[in-house]
Amino acid sequence: MLSQLEILETLKMFREEHLDIRTITMGISLRDCADSNIDEACRKVYDKITRCAEHLVKIGEEIETEYGVPIINKRISVTPISHLCDAAKEGDPVLFALTLDRAAMATGVNFIGGYSALVQKGYTMGEKRLIESIPEALSRTKLVCSSVNIGSTRSGINMDAVGQMGTIIKTAAEKTADTGGFACAKLVVFCNAVEDNPFMAGAFLGEGEGETVINVGISGPGVVKTALERLGKDADLGEVAETVKRTAFKITRVGQLVAQEASKRLHVPFGIVDLSLAPTPAIGDSVAYILEEMGLEVCGTHGTTAALALLNDAVKKGGVMASSYVGGLSGAFIPVSEDAGMIHAAECGALSLDKLEAMTAVCSVGLDMIVVPGDTSASTISAIIADEAAIGMVNNKTTAVRIIPAPGRKVGEVVEFGGLLGTGPVMPVSEFQSDGFIHRGGRIPAPLHSLKN
Amino acid sequence: MKAVISVIGKDRVGIIAKVSGILSESNVNILDISQTIMQDIFTMVLISDISSSSIDFTELKKKLTQAGDELGVSISVQHEDLFNSMHRI
Repeated sequence: MLSQLEILETLKMFREEHLDIRTITMGISLRDCADSNIDEACRKVYDKITRCAEHLVKIGEEIETEYGVPIINKRISVTPISHLCDAAKEGDPVLFALTLDRAAMATGVNFIGGYSALVQKGYTMGEKRLIESIPEALSRTKLVCSSVNIGSTRSGINMDAVGQMGTIIKTAAEKTADTGGFACAKLVVFCNAVEDNPFMAGAFLGEGEGETVINVGISGPGVVKTALERLGKDADLGEVAETVKRTAFKITRVGQLVAQEASKRLHVPFGIVDLSLAPTPAIGDSVAYILEEMGLEVCGTHGTTAALALLNDAVKKGGVMASSYVGGLSGAFIPVSEDAGMIHAAECGALSLDKLEAMTAVCSVGLDMIVVPGDTSASTISAIIADEAAIGMVNNKTTAVRIIPAPGRKVGEVVEFGGLLGTGPVMPVSEFQSDGFIHRGGRIPAPLHSLKN
Repeated sequence: MKAVISVIGKDRVGIIAKVSGILSESNVNILDISQTIMQDIFTMVLISDISSSSIDFTELKKKLTQAGDELGVSISVQHEDLFNSMHRI
């Protein structure tokens, strides 16, 4: 029989420590929707998404009621739309984005991801057209998220795509200047993108996935922070790691339970649980505060990378035994605008872009939700992407860049995005240029250790 | 199916009577009940069998939540599996 203390511990996690399931994401393959006629393809896409995800939101809410577990978002990820652009040679790819937006609204989900292209080695015609259409697609839709994979450990980095993405990000920001460049918050540039990521903006359904799948992303930085508070200031780092592991295990069990239930009730196979500590702008739900609880005055000071490495590893070690299938990005997220502690650290000057770059070498993603001045050049943005991609490529991990050059904004100002996306302080970039390097284009060869066979 | 019903809030007369009254009316059997006052806060955890309940889960949850509002305490009703998966391997 369960003890009262165990029950109260769980209740406290939900009531006071912001434990929640960040997302149930249904992956839907759209490969059978390809058609040379774009209108016909859009009709098939709309029909398939609304049919497969018809009950997603309702069942998510049922699980929330029965288990008393808040499920913040219900989302859909689809096959990279560039595949459909390859088949429909004529017609504007934005039509697909508008269709995805309509389908997302009809099913009631919070976001739909997959307006994507994987061009780590080269472009097909469809991929080229899709990437060119991203600024317009994101400025004309509300719920559509887009991602582009420009590099991988196996293929190297496609620097032509890196160069192009700088311009695409700038254009997307300018098209949504009235909202601080909001379109860029829905666009991720990846190196080593994963095929089963449930988190936005980077979710898409990869090549190796089936017809439909349920992936679940957990949250819970607040629970880890409180567990460390209880541990006290004098516990050594081995004990800190153990506490994080134990807490991550409990959090992940909730994710596993929700994933299994959702899969059973929707009659859709269970894919993975993503063991990510995903923060929200709510006070107490911050990854930065965990690092500060470990003994750093402010996140971003010396020691931050080491503390984050410990946290990221312990989360995985604790979580991996709690779930039968682990995947996605799995690790700690460090999005600046979505984390109260990161926002504070950036505002008080403790957290710089350079430190964040170092931190991305040891955590699950990359430079996430970074707001930079509106006059940052396209080539500087490309160079930031190239640096992140290099970290991902060499370390055999996923890295990503979600950067917002907020039009008309300068260092020291703040951009409000609202909701889960939070508030972004404008952070300085290097005043020196990188355009000569980006101008060269071509491909950075895959590193030696990619040759594993 | 077993449900964990937890009641947390300021102590007053009639909390247990009200909650167990609703459960009895709905044909829900109480399997285990424990109650303490922790730092002046009334805390009750009740494990119940709701498989023969005369009303569905959502309705039961609604009734208990309403009773909680009237009593000025917070009442939650959750499937037992949530706690089992978190605390038992």
